[in-house]
Amino acid sequence: MSAPAASPLADRWYAYFLPRPLHPGAWWVWALGLAVAASRTTNPLILGLILAVACIVVVARRGDAPWAMAFRLYVYVGIFIVVMRVAFRIVFGGGAVGHVLFTLPEVPLPDFVTGIRLFGPVSAESLLIGFYDGLRLATMIICIGAANALANPKRLLKSVPSALYDVGSAIVVALSVFPQLAESVLRVRRARRLRGGTGKGLRALHGIAVPVLEDALDRSLLLASAMDSRGYGRAAQVTRGARLFAGACTLLGLVGVCVGVYGMLDATTPPYLGLPLLLVGLLAAIGGFVLTGRQVRRTRYRPDPWLLAETVVACSGLLVGALMYLAATVEPALLTPSLSPLQWPQISLPLVVTVLIGALPAVLAPPTPLTVEEIRSAGSRHTPAVVEVAR
Amino acid sequence: MIRFEDVSVTYRGAARPALRDVDLVLPEGELVLVVGRTGAGKSTLLRAINGLVPHFTGGHLEGRVTVNGLDTRDHPPRDLAHVVGMVGQDPLAGFVTDTVEEELAYGMEQLAVPPQVMRKRVEETLDLLGIAELRSRPLRTLSGGQQQRVAIGSVLTMGPRVLVLDEPTSALDPTAAEDALAAITRLVHDLGVTVVVAEHRMERVVQYADRLVLLPGDGIVVSGDPATVLAHSPVAPPVVELGREAGWSPLPLSVRDARRRATALRAELVVAAGGGRDTGAPGAPVSRPPATALTASKVVVRYGDVVAVRGVDLTLQHGSVTALMGRNGSGKSSLLWALQGAGARQSGSVTVQGKDPGKLPARAARALVGLVPQSASDLLYLETVDAECAAADLESGSPTGACRALLDRIAPGIDGDRHPRDLSEGQRLSLVLAVQLIAAPEVLMLDEPTRGLDYRAKEELARIVAELAEAGKAVVIATHDVEFVAGAAGRVAVMAEGEIVADGDAAAVIGASPMFAPQVAKVLGAPWLTVAQVRAARDGILQESRP
Repeated sequence: MSAPAASPLADRWYAYFLPRPLHPGAWWVWALGLAVAASRTTNPLILGLILAVACIVVVARRGDAPWAMAFRLYVYVGIFIVVMRVAFRIVFGGGAVGHVLFTLPEVPLPDFVTGIRLFGPVSAESLLIGFYDGLRLATMIICIGAANALANPKRLLKSVPSALYDVGSAIVVALSVFPQLAESVLRVRRARRLRGGTGKGLRALHGIAVPVLEDALDRSLLLASAMDSRGYGRAAQVTRGARLFAGACTLLGLVGVCVGVYGMLDATTPPYLGLPLLLVGLLAAIGGFVLTGRQVRRTRYRPDPWLLAETVVACSGLLVGALMYLAATVEPALLTPSLSPLQWPQISLPLVVTVLIGALPAVLAPPTPLTVEEIRSAGSRHTPAVVEVAR
Repeated sequence: MIRFEDVSVTYRGAARPALRDVDLVLPEGELVLVVGRTGAGKSTLLRAINGLVPHFTGGHLEGRVTVNGLDTRDHPPRDLAHVVGMVGQDPLAGFVTDTVEEELAYGMEQLAVPPQVMRKRVEETLDLLGIAELRSRPLRTLSGGQQQRVAIGSVLTMGPRVLVLDEPTSALDPTAAEDALAAITRLVHDLGVTVVVAEHRMERVVQYADRLVLLPGDGIVVSGDPATVLAHSPVAPPVVELGREAGWSPLPLSVRDARRRATALRAELVVAAGGGRDTGAPGAPVSRPPATALTASKVVVRYGDVVAVRGVDLTLQHGSVTALMGRNGSGKSSLLWALQGAGARQSGSVTVQGKDPGKLPARAARALVGLVPQSASDLLYLETVDAECAAADLESGSPTGACRALLDRIAPGIDGDRHPRDLSEGQRLSLVLAVQLIAAPEVLMLDEPTRGLDYRAKEELARIVAELAEAGKAVVIATHDVEFVAGAAGRVAVMAEGEIVADGDAAAVIGASPMFAPQVAKVLGAPWLTVAQVRAARDGILQESRP
């Protein structure tokens, strides 16, 4: 079939494209970059382009795992948002200013609800405002959906900094407890019938809640003792002061990051709440992570490596976000098409190229290995309760 | 390897110590079997090995427990994780992650094993336990035997010198149990790991054990060579009972040992059979003309595209005890639930006294067919035994105190003020039985009732079941426990893939089966299922030869 590659470069090229799941962080950075780009514009052409880019990459590089199949749900949510935005514009008074497209019979409302109008004239401008806004939000949500479809959420939890290890394992345990709890509820409800219980009313609730809670408590005790026996919490002992300091750094840093991101995205906040706070917060959080991480003596099994492909993917997303950020200062008119006077949205070649950079992972990311067989064989054992839960 | 010096353990509020003055040395590389009745302190002994007692459970421990030279007083369980691997009764409850591979690596991650070593050990362990093809499967989708092997593997990757297993096969069907045990014996022989196993159904393990630790019940411990210890043990597998009955010494521990000595006994029994032997199998239909209690035809249960029960026909007679056997997932539970009417049933008909329990309201259905589910405690939700009994009277419309009276007949001496969860497994089962029986169903079905019961409790259950059959009820028991079936059931139906593949007299169905035959049948041949039958036959010979 394929002859051994001829040169070291070709070898590396071949190795680069071996199917493997990418580091989930890379996909998230890429998707957030696109989302930031979408947040800067209301131009439906650009938003449409971003949507197309996200869809192309998802279709080209997603696996066949359940979370990858959930992408369409995000698309449905997006469509729902756009439809609702436009519908609201029609229902709550389209606005009589501008080009009135059609007029619905207005529902008279009592005086104390001044400012709200039901139906009445609907203008093109007000419909477009709803459409643009809805499309922007929908695009951002679909970008997040793309990240979810491309990155295994559990691997993402595994690659959190070791300072957050405990939080990560708590989430994993919680995720596995939920199906168990659901199974337990179903089982006990069925059992209630055996005692002639109807499954309704306060008595039935008591009859279900008590065995389920007892079951859950038993399980958590068993789990705790199993974790203890398997070395959980063996990490080196650290002084209380050091632990508190590291914790405070992390927490304050993360708050700083949140406020900073808000400041960056909202143009009305004072400038010092934007980039500077974001950077300071980031530094504090990283410092906290490093400090806590040092106290942890643990290793990771098969951590996802961060290689060239990850950098390429992350950078393509970041670049789109950053360039769009710049474009907002250079060509603000293109990013927010004017509604009065009403104009066709326009787009320029540089902007098209900028957004298309985000589509590079569709070709430049190594393909994701498929798991059809595993999933299928996993279905070979069904207990009634598991099947019920799966529904 | 493991040394107990003058160890006593007392739990808070307990009247007497769970373990008393235990002096025990378990040398390296042995397979140690811990036996004893429920509540005799088996779990306490096991959990003291890695320090869960008293670090996790509380209680007061006197004396010293050392493992590989490490004192459990100074080393909590997490610091002993690389020395002692602990596998609990329910492997699923102890899983921390959700796929096989990650579960195998979890312990090593906590021990900060370098990534390359981890990768290698995971691969080795996958091969060692024969679970390589399961590597990326979600843990919840594995069968019981696979889960147990993964649980063993997940502690094995940490490279422990001691492996402690608390009832590793109690939830498994015979085949899966064989799988798990094969993996365990392989570890002892190939890797030289010291293995300590507690097991109720010791007939499966005792032949492999190098040492037997017996807890007679008052907190003390007897340790020694299995054959010697078993000579005076209150709990013993059927093959040992048979050896005692026949007066063999040393006692046989495996079917093979017994079979080689049994020639004389077999000849003796042929004589007994020739003398017009009545098998006297317990639970055989009583002499009155059999009347049909339940008729089921073409019962189908499916969950989505999985067919759990595939057109089963079943007729149950009054006064009969039927055992329903088959591997895990063969549709036993689904069939029982469908017959009771509380579970799904897509097609087919069930008739009890001319009515279909599936079409009646729950209250009326339970007066026709009673079911004790696999996790019997699901039915209990009140704080005291008396409150449960009172609620049961109310639910079934019986006079006050009827349920309590029934409970006292089934299992006398249960304190009414106790919380149902504080009862022993056997007592709790009796309580649930009483709660279900008070509705006076003609058909009673028990799903896996012998789980967690010791030999004595199983004998009790067999007696209760025999009494119920005597009273004309039709009893169905779904179980994996062949020895229990041999002693309690007159008829056996075997299910596979949702169909009944064999149905008939117990001796005929399980006597010749390689997987389901009880030990006595393996030693003596088909019609003989229990030691009690052998004893009765021999007594008969003695009486005949006396005059």
